[in-house]
Amino acid sequence: MELLGKTRIDFIGMRKISFIISAIISIVGIIGVIQVGRGAANMGIDFSGGTAMQLKFNKPISIADARAALHKNGIAKADLQEIKDGNKLLVKMAGAAVGKPSEMVQAAFKKEFADNTFTVDSSTEIGPSIGDKLRKDTLVAAVLSMLGIIMYIAWRFDFKFGVGATLATMHDCLAMFAVFYLMNKEINLLFITAVLTIAGYSLTDTVVVFDRIRENLHKNLKGAMNTIFNDSINEVLSRTIVTSLTVFLAAASLFLFGGEVIHDFSLALLIGVLVGTYSSVFVASPIVVLLENRALGKKVQTA
Amino acid sequence: MPKETGWRISLIAAFVVLSFLYLTPTLASKLPSWWGTFLPKDKIHLGLDLQGGTHLVMEVDTQKAIEGSLDLVATDLEDTLNSKNLRFKRISRSGSDKVTVVVYEKGTADTVLKLIKDKYPTYEQSPTFDEGGFVAMTLRVNEKDAQDRKDKAVQQALETIRNRIDQFGVSEPTIQREGINHIVVQLPGIKDPQRAIDLIGRTARLDFKMVREDISPTSGTIPEDAELLKEKTVDPATGAVSEIPIVVQKKPMITGDLLTDAQVRIDSQFNQPYVAIEFNSLGAKLFDQVTAANVGKRFAIVLDNNIHSAPVIRERISGGSAQISGSFTEKTAADLAIVLRAGALPAPVKIIQNVTVGPSLGQDSINKGLYAGLIGVLLVVVFMAVYYKLSGLIADLGMILNIVYLMGALAALGATLTLPGIAAIVLLVGMSVDSNVIIFERIREELKLGKSPKAALDAGYDKAFLTIMDSHITTLITAAVLFQFGTGPVKGFAVSLSLGVIINLFTSLIGTKVTFDLFLHKGKVKKMSI
Repeated sequence: MELLGKTRIDFIGMRKISFIISAIISIVGIIGVIQVGRGAANMGIDFSGGTAMQLKFNKPISIADARAALHKNGIAKADLQEIKDGNKLLVKMAGAAVGKPSEMVQAAFKKEFADNTFTVDSSTEIGPSIGDKLRKDTLVAAVLSMLGIIMYIAWRFDFKFGVGATLATMHDCLAMFAVFYLMNKEINLLFITAVLTIAGYSLTDTVVVFDRIRENLHKNLKGAMNTIFNDSINEVLSRTIVTSLTVFLAAASLFLFGGEVIHDFSLALLIGVLVGTYSSVFVASPIVVLLENRALGKKVQTA
Repeated sequence: MPKETGWRISLIAAFVVLSFLYLTPTLASKLPSWWGTFLPKDKIHLGLDLQGGTHLVMEVDTQKAIEGSLDLVATDLEDTLNSKNLRFKRISRSGSDKVTVVVYEKGTADTVLKLIKDKYPTYEQSPTFDEGGFVAMTLRVNEKDAQDRKDKAVQQALETIRNRIDQFGVSEPTIQREGINHIVVQLPGIKDPQRAIDLIGRTARLDFKMVREDISPTSGTIPEDAELLKEKTVDPATGAVSEIPIVVQKKPMITGDLLTDAQVRIDSQFNQPYVAIEFNSLGAKLFDQVTAANVGKRFAIVLDNNIHSAPVIRERISGGSAQISGSFTEKTAADLAIVLRAGALPAPVKIIQNVTVGPSLGQDSINKGLYAGLIGVLLVVVFMAVYYKLSGLIADLGMILNIVYLMGALAALGATLTLPGIAAIVLLVGMSVDSNVIIFERIREELKLGKSPKAALDAGYDKAFLTIMDSHITTLITAAVLFQFGTGPVKGFAVSLSLGVIINLFTSLIGTKVTFDLFLHKGKVKKMSI
């Protein structure tokens, strides 16, 4: 079976449109990253410090009631969220000390909802010093893995390909930040893990395309850059799509059936896989064409 | 069959057998007793997010340990000067690293200076200076000793906490030191986390101090050698807490480190639990002397600067046993006995991270993770079989092999499986067939060029090799970094991911190739099912 027959799509020709789309995505992503850096985004308590609890009630409970109950007992700053299946409630309080808040919340609910008992599914309390350390560690981890990838690509390909692959990888990471920022999803340690995983993975597609471009460049030294690049991308198009599809299928089943704990994590992976596929075709290669053509233009001028 | 293929098949089969050997302890509920003697016993551990439990990070207030040892130095100096009839105005800790000695005249000061030099040679001594008409001097703990003391305090706290947890009874706890002054405690499957946290975090410093009946708690001026503490009592009927202030002698008569044992007993008369304590010989002697000298007076049992009770000494108590009674429940009495037996923490600890997962959520996560994994595998298997026909099935076989090897490797390393770890395995299901997709697409191209199946196969594997290496190495780089910097669940993710990527290289480049070779080696196959 084949998904696609022989295709002749002018990917490079579409770069004006794709660059605009990618620029918008990247800008939103950069805004998201800045907001995360300022702590203004929806930060997970693993970074901000604070308390998060997941409570499982016997009977359905409305967020408004729960909020009123907390207010009445002197807990004003709590972020409440409902989990659809099984009367579950997520309570998040940023920046509070370890110990007290979780007891206060439990006491408040016990008092106000005497006929609706609950159990604590999970509770996480993180002191501010841990949050600080984690933020620093994460930043170091992100920088290190990016550096590692860039160095590897720079070693395996020449400079222009390296630039293309690096920009495409950063584009994918920014896109994940952009979507999470726009959807106001929580930025936590698992999200960062997903971003770094995609940073490693999205290169697969880019490398597949680049390998073919290199091969064809060696075979055909005279043809126009645009043609060689377009032909190469078309030749490996079905491979690019199929490899992404298999990972997409796996990530999708995690997203749909994996439960609430890794729901957002798998969402991030799904976005990453999609964007990674797009970027290897529409971002990485056109950037290399641009750089190659510019280099050629210079050569022609000097000659 | 070519020789090379034979070798490869044996290798693959050997790995499969090894994987299952390593996996047996994980899968089997009960192993025969001979198993552990010459076969692997390690199994895949479930992370706290999967089996439920509590993960604590505690910070030891090491500064307090230094202050504590300086307090001891001050008391010791007091005793020494007293015994030599040297008169002094005040000896006390000042600030966080000094002890100040104030005496009345220059002559005494010189003697004291010399005495300190002999007794505490490692302390930095200041020259005498004037303090409000008196002669003062300080001794300061030096930087290296302070570091040593801090380090020991953390080590000691770790031991004490380990002791308490052992006595509390938690199966397979992990207690580790992390960084300079952090202690990480993991208590898998614990039922009553709050009780455990209270038990671990308590300093449990026990002092017996005389009550100063001569000073009124409300007088407002308390002499330097006394302090105002509070006795908390909880009314068992209403739960109301009342506090009674009591003035006690600052210097304890006896401290908790002289205890040898503490046990819960039940009072036969009132059916009330109490804690029976035993002193060591020094403690017993002291207790005997103190009670003999103070019959009719009150002494306070002080636990972490709260007065537990302040009974009247009715008679001289010799023999070295005593009891702490009060409004205990059986649980609180048992916990007090544990902390007294295990000893006090050398410095207070503060809990700075507490992640607790209930057992039901853990089980839920396992079920859902496995379910999602199963569906992911099925989707990929079906897709590959439809898209690449027989060759797709071979790739599927490679993927299954991949999972078996990965689980075997996780078991061999005694690794911890977390929910993100399961996610990594599911993700690998998708990634592991990727390598085969890259190879197959290449083979298809070669076939289109008119090559024979055998030639196309070899060309496909050869040309796809570098591409596959590249994609694996980049993933491995991030996995390694995540492993280095991640904690808990993220580390589990990194372990599964990096092992999986390495194994995948083997299965996709060798595992599936062998299967093809078996089919194709005689060159009879005219058409490839791809």
